[in-house]
Amino acid sequence: MRARLHSRWLVMGATIAGIFAAVIVILLIGGYDTSRALAALWDGAFGSSYAVLSATLVRATPLLFVGLAVGLAFRAGVLNIGAEGQLLAGATAAVAVGLAVGALPRVLALPLALGAGAAAGAAWSGIAGWLKLRFGVLEVISTLMLNFIATYLVSWLVRGPLQEPTRVYPQTIELSPAVQMPLLLTGHRVHLGLVLAIGLAGFTWWVLTQTAIGFRVRAVGAGAAAARSAGGIDPARTTALVFLASGALAGLGGASEATGVTFALYEGISPGYGYSAIAVALLARLHPLMIIVSALLFGALEAGAAAMQRDANVPSVLAAVVEAMIVLGVLAFNHARTRGRQA
Amino acid sequence: MSIDAAEFMQASVRTATPLALAAYGELVVERAGVINLGLEGAMIAGAFGALVGASAGGIGAGFAMAVVAGCAATLLMAWVVLWLRADAVIAGTAVTLLALGLTGTLYRALYGAQGAALSVPTLAPVAVPGLHQLPWIGPAFFEQPLATYALYAMACGLWWWLPRTHAGLALRATGERPDAALAAGISPVTVRAWALLFGGAMGGLAGGVLVLAQVGTFAEGMSAGRGFIAIAIVVLGRWSPVGVALAALLFGSASQLQYVFQSLGWPVPYQLFLALPYVLTLLVLAGTQRRAAAPASLGAPLDTAP
Repeated sequence: MRARLHSRWLVMGATIAGIFAAVIVILLIGGYDTSRALAALWDGAFGSSYAVLSATLVRATPLLFVGLAVGLAFRAGVLNIGAEGQLLAGATAAVAVGLAVGALPRVLALPLALGAGAAAGAAWSGIAGWLKLRFGVLEVISTLMLNFIATYLVSWLVRGPLQEPTRVYPQTIELSPAVQMPLLLTGHRVHLGLVLAIGLAGFTWWVLTQTAIGFRVRAVGAGAAAARSAGGIDPARTTALVFLASGALAGLGGASEATGVTFALYEGISPGYGYSAIAVALLARLHPLMIIVSALLFGALEAGAAAMQRDANVPSVLAAVVEAMIVLGVLAFNHARTRGRQA
Repeated sequence: MSIDAAEFMQASVRTATPLALAAYGELVVERAGVINLGLEGAMIAGAFGALVGASAGGIGAGFAMAVVAGCAATLLMAWVVLWLRADAVIAGTAVTLLALGLTGTLYRALYGAQGAALSVPTLAPVAVPGLHQLPWIGPAFFEQPLATYALYAMACGLWWWLPRTHAGLALRATGERPDAALAAGISPVTVRAWALLFGGAMGGLAGGVLVLAQVGTFAEGMSAGRGFIAIAIVVLGRWSPVGVALAALLFGSASQLQYVFQSLGWPVPYQLFLALPYVLTLLVLAGTQRRAAAPASLGAPLDTAP
């Protein structure tokens, strides 16, 4: 266990060092002011209490939720690439319920909105799970389709049934304070969602490593046939559970974003968190506690990239390049490790 | 205001052209057993390549660069999937992210933030003598840019090639039973590599068509999910060349319907029409998966050494 944890840190460190070098090369090729860009990147992510508490940690929060969702699914061999759609479903349900229960006290209203978000995420992912178990539909294809359907549903809802009453802007009205996440520190944007996400990371780790359910999930991930013969495990039931839990985590991420950051539903509510989640989970090698670290790193990266665009005119999509290189780096590293073990 | 049915059909075919080109690339890749989520990346790379090529050397160079860029993106995918033995879904997502990010970054570096003003020449529609005067379908199918006619040739070519040639058989064998293909002296790795390369070329070409036959310029992220739509088209078309053509037309006309509704002033929620083809794809999958329309090894990694 000690050695495994050690190698996780090693992968993370080596990958990050390599990517840092690659980013400098891209900045040089692009003819950007490299030192200024890197300074902006650092300042935007860690340079001030504002950067850490109102940018990095705020962006890390949804990434932690969806990273856990994807990490859990991948652990069980479920290739859920639909975290984006599940997040949108969660945000939509949280806002819809939040608008209805806004008059209730916060202790009731906020949990109701968050619960609705988790339920909607689970339901959205449950469609893919049902299609897989009942009809054998590959979840890669179904979750991808469901992402698009969710995007169009949100696009319709914010121009239709959920649009603000003046019908000028394609968004809902603002949630009442009773359905807004409490801030952790006055004057900073980091909100209770971060604590909730970290708690869920710990809970997921506990379930995976300490409970019978977790054992089943890992066994099914190692191979459905083996799980069936070795432990009398029903892979279908375990897979169904994973679909629902993964969707609930992503949906909760959407609900946390809607009630903690945007306070309303609109089309661009997620800048692709559900896709970044794959990189977040992989860099952590699917370990729930490491996903906390990796979500913080990605939060810092996105906050820094936004500052880089603002201050050094480097397009923030550079963050996407870094994310992609992290994924490819981890894949290559995994390959090297497997080969090393075989030799 | 009235709508012109012929005009609507023509616009639908124009919209469907890049979708169908990419989908034919994906059809070949999936028949070899791989799901290429890097297709979206190949498409945006192709669009960027088209801009670079066309602004340096005209439309021909633009298309050439589009194909090269699409191939380059997919070669990376092939290397990761076939040689590193990584999961194709994860690798494809990474390739798409990488291409979206790199093209965005390079575009700003090469052309500055005001690059939107940059425009390149586009292919004009060419009427096919005789055929374009057919009622209804004439203008829709035979008054299109050359790229659309290339698509027709590709569709017919694949329809003939897949079931009737040795190479087509090798491709299908790899997709159905890679172990059996290997026993028959076919290398599944080589077949999948060529299939991916073809898929990348077609994805790049589709991106080139976006720039050189439709928009006339490049914008960050302009592929806007079309690569993923192409994957849906292959599924909806049940992995057959004819099915893909019909599914591409369906997706093309669904996205044109919103303009029709807007011009008619109908308060129809057009987003629901845009979502409809995806719902249909899921329904078709649920209805047909058990009858094994999909290649049997689709999505499964190879366990043979390269």
